[in-house]
Amino acid sequence: MSNKSKNLFLIPYVFWIALFVIAPLVLVLFYSFRGLDGNFTLSNYANFFSSTYLQLTVSSFWYAFLITLFAFLISYPTALLLTKTRHKQLWLLLIIVPSWINILLKVYAFLGIFGTYGLANALLEVVGIGSKQILFTDFSFVFVSVYIFIPFMILPIYNSLDKLSPTLVDASRDLGASSWKTFRHVIFPLTIDGVKAGCQLVFIPSLSLFMITRLIAGNQVITLGTAIEQHFLVTQDWGMGATIAVFLIIAMILIMFLTGNRKRGLMNGKKA
Amino acid sequence: MGKKRKWPAVYLAIVFAVLYAPIFYLMFYSFNSGGTMYSFEGFTLDWYREVFQDTRLLIIVLNTVIIALLSALISTIIGVFGALAIMYVRTQRTKNTLLSLNNVLIVSPDVIIGASFLILFTFIGIKLGFVSVLLAHIAFSVPIVVIMVLPKLQEMSPTLIDAARDLGASRLDVLTKVVLPYITPGIFAGFFMALTYSLDDFAVTFFVTGNGFTTLSVEIYSLARQGISLQINALSTLIFLVTLGLVTGYYFISKRSGGLAGMGVRK
Repeated sequence: MSNKSKNLFLIPYVFWIALFVIAPLVLVLFYSFRGLDGNFTLSNYANFFSSTYLQLTVSSFWYAFLITLFAFLISYPTALLLTKTRHKQLWLLLIIVPSWINILLKVYAFLGIFGTYGLANALLEVVGIGSKQILFTDFSFVFVSVYIFIPFMILPIYNSLDKLSPTLVDASRDLGASSWKTFRHVIFPLTIDGVKAGCQLVFIPSLSLFMITRLIAGNQVITLGTAIEQHFLVTQDWGMGATIAVFLIIAMILIMFLTGNRKRGLMNGKKA
Repeated sequence: MGKKRKWPAVYLAIVFAVLYAPIFYLMFYSFNSGGTMYSFEGFTLDWYREVFQDTRLLIIVLNTVIIALLSALISTIIGVFGALAIMYVRTQRTKNTLLSLNNVLIVSPDVIIGASFLILFTFIGIKLGFVSVLLAHIAFSVPIVVIMVLPKLQEMSPTLIDAARDLGASRLDVLTKVVLPYITPGIFAGFFMALTYSLDDFAVTFFVTGNGFTTLSVEIYSLARQGISLQINALSTLIFLVTLGLVTGYYFISKRSGGLAGMGVRK
């Protein structure tokens, strides 16, 4: 293709990039240096490094870590077992379907299940533990988040397991390795890319989703995402909100760097 | 062997049960005449009647659909241009830069996209409402379309274009009669993804929607914040059915375009 036609294709696309990718990022950075009065200031950054926000960041990371860990612990065996089922494509589709349902509806369902007279408490009564306050605790927040993120974790792990050549597993078994050894030294190392991709797809959203915290955790849990929403839409302190956003972006880049997002398909999931 | 086979099945069954239980729980209580999500008193269709009689809600649904169709259409056009641009850029470095910039909005968390778009729209003076929501949806759908179309372009053999040129086709002919028909499945898949992302989006819309204009997700959020209302249950049953329809539709589209390549989890 020669220059002329190529340049024409570029015009609308580069316009989109400039307006909706570069400009918003620049503006977030710009606003993070603006105080409530609209003048240049570093006070937002000073505020961020005060104890309140540092504490918030640490607890947000801690919850994201817990959510990612539990999601991984549940998802890896699921993915492994799924690859061994007979109609695996169909089962995989059934794992994916819940992730297509609006996240708010799933969160809303837990308002009923975890409610004072809901299913969870009814079960606790039957077991003999007695009903408890489940809603608006950090437990319910972690549980619902894990529930929501499980498909995001299963899919990349499933894909990497599915690509793994069964001959490698056979070879390992033939050479006398036990199932556990085969798993530890062959299967797991070869699917670590899928695990990393899954962790990335779970960790970043867990830092930023604010509707789960708002609806399920009451004000018990505040994540970076909740804080940003609060500053932009409630207290109208856009400068502070933008500062937290800058740190969230930095955290995101660090995580992507750590989990090595180079060749893997972004198709495996979406920003969340 | 018999005993060994059992545990995996039990584990999978539990996972599937947990995944689907909340959804069916919601749907079950949408038929509850009692008005709560814990004691089922009797079967009723009142909540569905209420949904269909609620004009405000129906207008919101209409808004959501219009936004989704318009944004999917426009973002598909821009996205196809983008994929062609990336394909025909000469140096590898420019190509990589464009691809990275393309992926920024895919990997960014919704709060960041929402907050930064809110700043952007206020900065350039776009009133929050229909236009800002539409622009935001177009903006975050474009990279998805690019990602769906680009593989199709890459798998197309360059000999096809050479052949067309040799046979005397103009540049426009090559584009409309060779390239576009070839990548049509990718374009449809992209349009479809853009449509569902737009229908599903909550966080970005929540930031840029302002006061007068609402989409379905935002409305569900504000209803849910007020507590349980079985009208939401009825609404979610309907949405679930529509979603199932869309998934089936997408399944067949992607089957036609070769494999489930683009079928991914959604937020």
